[in-house]
Parts: sequence; C-alpha cells; structure tokens
Amino acid sequence: MNDRAASDILLSVTDLKVHFPRAKPGWFGQPELVKAVDGVSFELRRGSTLAIVGESGSGKTSTALAVMRLSPLTAGRIQLGDTELGALQGEALRQARRRLQIIFQDPFSSLNPRERAGAAVRAPLDLMQVGSPAQRSARVAELFTAVGLRPEQQQLFPHQFSGGQRQRINIARALATNPELVVCDEPVSALDIAIRAQILNLLVRLQRELGLSYLFISHDMAVVEHICDDIAVMYLGQIVERGPRKAFFANPLHPYSVALMSAVPTVHGGRARAAQRIKLSGDPPSPINPPPGCRFAGRCPVAEPACAAELPPLRELAPDHWVRCRRVELVDGVPRAPLQLPTA
Amino acid sequence: MADALLQVQDLRVEFVTRRGQALVLNGVDFELRRGETLCVVGESGCGKSMTALALLRLIPAPPGRISSGRVLFQGEDLVAASMARMREVRGNRISMIFQEPMTSLNPVLTVGEQISESLRLHAGLDAGAARARAVEMLQQVGIPAPQRRVDDYPHQLSGGMRQRVMIAMALACRPDILIADEPTTALDVTVQAQIFDLLRELQRDKGTAILLITHDMGAVAEMADRVMVMYAGRVVEQGSTAQVLGTPGHPYTQGLINCLPELGSSAHAATNSERVTLAEISGVVPSIWELGSGCAFHQRCAQALPRCAEQVPPLFALDGSGHGAACWLLGQAEVAA
Repeated sequence: MNDRAASDILLSVTDLKVHFPRAKPGWFGQPELVKAVDGVSFELRRGSTLAIVGESGSGKTSTALAVMRLSPLTAGRIQLGDTELGALQGEALRQARRRLQIIFQDPFSSLNPRERAGAAVRAPLDLMQVGSPAQRSARVAELFTAVGLRPEQQQLFPHQFSGGQRQRINIARALATNPELVVCDEPVSALDIAIRAQILNLLVRLQRELGLSYLFISHDMAVVEHICDDIAVMYLGQIVERGPRKAFFANPLHPYSVALMSAVPTVHGGRARAAQRIKLSGDPPSPINPPPGCRFAGRCPVAEPACAAELPPLRELAPDHWVRCRRVELVDGVPRAPLQLPTA
Repeated sequence: MADALLQVQDLRVEFVTRRGQALVLNGVDFELRRGETLCVVGESGCGKSMTALALLRLIPAPPGRISSGRVLFQGEDLVAASMARMREVRGNRISMIFQEPMTSLNPVLTVGEQISESLRLHAGLDAGAARARAVEMLQQVGIPAPQRRVDDYPHQLSGGMRQRVMIAMALACRPDILIADEPTTALDVTVQAQIFDLLRELQRDKGTAILLITHDMGAVAEMADRVMVMYAGRVVEQGSTAQVLGTPGHPYTQGLINCLPELGSSAHAATNSERVTLAEISGVVPSIWELGSGCAFHQRCAQALPRCAEQVPPLFALDGSGHGAACWLLGQAEVAA
C-alpha cells in the first residue's frame, strides 16, 4: 500500500501478538503459551472494509478483540489515525473507545435481557456524555430509524425482537458514538439465511452513508467476497495471504486460501464441485507449539520438505497482494499459485 | 410407491401451552426412498427439526404431541407403535445425528463405550465383540489410530472428530435411515467437506437413506437427491434437486436461493468495491400464534394475490414428476392455461 497517502489509512496494525499463558498440567510443568495471534500486520483504508477470514482457532477473533483493546496485547502496534491505541491506558483509552465499536456474532447474548432496547442504544451516549440528555434521546430515535427499526420500539425488551432485529439494535448501539472503526465479528453467522441479506445490505448502506470503516471477521468466504474491499486469510495465528478483493478471488495464491474456497459448497457447483474438491486431511496443529516452518505445511497438498524447515515471509507478488508461501512463483510478472482452484 | 422406505402422511404435531394450541407441523407429507438423500430446508421454526423428532417419536410430551397422521416405516405405522417397539427402532433401524456433537455425546463415557451401547443392546454382541466393532466403525469414519481413540473421552477429540464419532455411533447397527440434523453447522468448512464426503461414501457402501436437515442451499446442491422446503410447519415445495434449485416454483424457495451471495460475486464487479444489493426476503417468519388464514408466507411475498391471505394453497404439480409447490401463483397459471 505504498502508493496511498498515509492519511488514507485509518487502522494500521503492526506485528500484533496475543499470547495467552496456560497452566501446564502436573506440579512441575512449565506454563505453556497459546500463541493465538503471532505477528499479524495489516492496514485498513478509511471508508473501506477489510475482511479477516479463517477457521476456528485461526486467531481472527483474538485479532479483533486485541484491536478493540478487549484482550491483553503481548506485542505490536495498533495505530488508529494518529493515535497509538496499544499504548493508551485508563481514561485516555476510555475516551478513545468512542472511535471504535464492535458488533458481536450472537444477537441473543450480546444484549442485556433486562434492559430496554432504547436504553441499550443510549448507554454509550450516556457513558461518553455526548450532547445534552434531550439530544441523546433524539439521537437514539434517529439511530433506530437508520437501522430500520421504529423509534417507538425503544420501549421493548430484547426478547420481543427477532434475531435480525436484535442485530439491528446491536448495530444502532455500535453506531451511537459516531465511531470511525466498526469491528464486525461474524455479524450474520447466527442469523437465519433469509435475514442475512437484510443485515448485509444494511451494513453496506450505512458504510456508504456514514463513511464507516469495517474490520469484518468471518469464516464465510461467499459473504466476505460480497462485502469486503480487501481480504486477509489467517491460519494458526498468522496471515497467510492478503490482497484486494477482485485480485484475491480471481487468483487466490496460498494453498490454504485455495482449499478454503474449494471447500465452500455452492448452489451452482453442486456435486461436480464436491467431486473435484481439494481435500485437506486432519485438523490444524495446536497453537501452543506451532510447527517451526510454514504452519500449513503438515496439511498442504503441495508442500515440499523445505516448507516445514523455515517459516516463509509474506511477499508482495502483485500490487497489494501478499502471500506467505515459498512455492508461489512469478511467471512473466504474474504470480502463479502452486495449487489451482478446480474449475467446476 | 414400491421403493418408499418411509412414508409420512398428513403428520401434525401440536404443542399445548398457556397461550393455547400451536400446530408446529401442519399436515406434512413426504416419502424417503431406499438409499437416497432427502434434504429438508427452511429457517428456524419452520418445523424441520420437529419433523425429524416426530419420526422417532421424540417430541417432548407434554407439551407436544403427534395429533394426527401416519409415519409408515416399511409399512409399519410408527405413530401407533409401542414404546418398546420404538426402542427397537431407534438407533437400530433409524438413527440420528445432531448439530452439536459435544452436547450429544456423554462426557463421562469413552467413545468406545458409547458406540458399543447400541451394538450390545440391538445386535446382542458381548462386550469384547462390541468393542472390536466400535474400533472398526471408528476406522470406517476415518479416525486415525482407532485402537487408541476408542478409549478417548469426547473432550479429547476435536469438533470434526466428535461428529465422526456421532456418525460411527449412528451407523454401528447399519440402520436403514440416518437422520442428520444440521450435522455440520458447528464445524469449519474444510471439516464440513470431510463429513459430507464421509456421508456420501458410507451411503454408497451401505445403501442408507439419509434425511439431511440443513439451511445451506450449497449443501443441498451437493448432497441431496431430492429437496423438501418447509415454511411454518408445512411443506411448501418438493422435488428433485435439479428441479427445486433450477426452476424453483415457490417464491419462498426462490428467495432462499437468491438471498445469499455466492462465491464468484467479485468477478462480475466492475471495480474492486462495486457490489450488488442482495435480494432480501422482507420481514420475518410469523410466530405460530400469528399465522391467521391463508398462505403463511403471504405477508412476506412480493407477488401475493388477494386469495393468498384467505386460503391455504395445495401443492400444485410443476414440470415433470414429483415436483410440486404450494403457491396460488401456480394455480393461477393452471387456470389460465
């Protein structure tokens, strides 16, 4: 992202590490370290969406929580505009929180069942003392309308709303303080399929109208392809590939990205697609003692002995398209993936 | 039909609550043939899991009960069967796997003990033979080092391995029918692909009929021979996979297919950040208390006719054999033609 002006970048994360100590069983064992996020760097342009995809245990949610300063940072820099978020403490951090908000996956557990919907949306305004009390009431009504709820529904309790409506309340609450960055942690995964489109369309419309920037965490490649501008694929605590949406989906380079895309069942692909699928065996290795070389080498269909020996660096092989795989080659200036996506 | 293994006729399940009676299944008709996969699709609350539970007579009663209808399994009506007979059927002739493998395995028994249980009960094997068969089943579902894994407890296994154990348990007695209720929803996509492969392979080898409950249209396209779409306790469309996904007759089915982005959407975008507005199905599923008269979908349907609010549409036959949809728009066409 060399050619872009620095002011264009809202969020810049450099070499982020989140390690959790875990007591080892037994009396004399050394405590172990779970390396949930192990050296992640990315940038999010203002007004755009960066999606982080990966499977369970890849560290995508730990990354999101670290950016939100909701989990302890082990190392790394998190720069929001001109502010170094990672260094903020106490009241300064609390004040900075109005600039970053989060929408959680589960619309049922992320709302207090005993708090009325209006009060939930109003809470951030009261905590941050935004405007006068009368202005706050007007703002809550405005937010309800913006997310497609009726202002009179403020009086209702969460159980009186459907899952999709609850997610709208969560979105309204996240938008209350006019944040610059909204972290969306699997915002549609817990919703019924027919409701997902409503929420995805709402997120796109709000981004366009309010100039929001989204860090969008998901495991669903099809949703990510629809909503993102840039994508980063994580595997076992590291980014294995990062690039612009069109370039990535037209030519995924890392074997894990290719396998992940091939695993998604599609309506048009049907059984032909299933028959040609790239099969990954086994489960990801443990993040406690990750293998020394490429972390995917043990499951990679095209791994060579050298892959397991040394961790490959992230290389920029096309404009803004980075990949952590030593087997990706440049042929006539165009990167070529070692594993091709089946055509069906 | 000669090859129908299971015939469900006019199945109704009601729940009696303080608010009155609620019909959660309202006249469900379908059949499952030997060796095929039938997918049941729909949103939460449409009755797809209730259908599965009703087949095995596992509806929590009270408050629920099967109020009418027949479930003919090889000609025998399971609705009228005794509890002793049902115990012979469950886990033996018809078995089931659930969405969340962790909560459906017993945490204090080894996986070997859990697989052995049905073998000892139904096949009359002794402990040693059952254990040997459990190891064999673990091998078949692709668990590495089955001799060692047979003594593991569920918490020692990953999510995908637990679901494999569930499948091993369900298939141990070589059932005629396997009911799989969202078996991969809690799993990662790469693991889902492994489980789908396994189910297809086991079906090919053993000829088990699979009733697969899912909400993922991609999974339907990959797994199903035939599809049944449910809405508010009724079957609104059924037919072969090609018919239902290729030329869906019901507006709800069309909505389900079109409302989610498919892989490949960025290839059609002119610029990196151009995206289409997704087709939405407006509103939400009505609660069972608010169904009123007529088609349950009419309030969310863009093409609803006056008649839709008044009368429940029957299943109209569509292209070819076995494809039908319950929508007055199709009845309209029939009258006009």
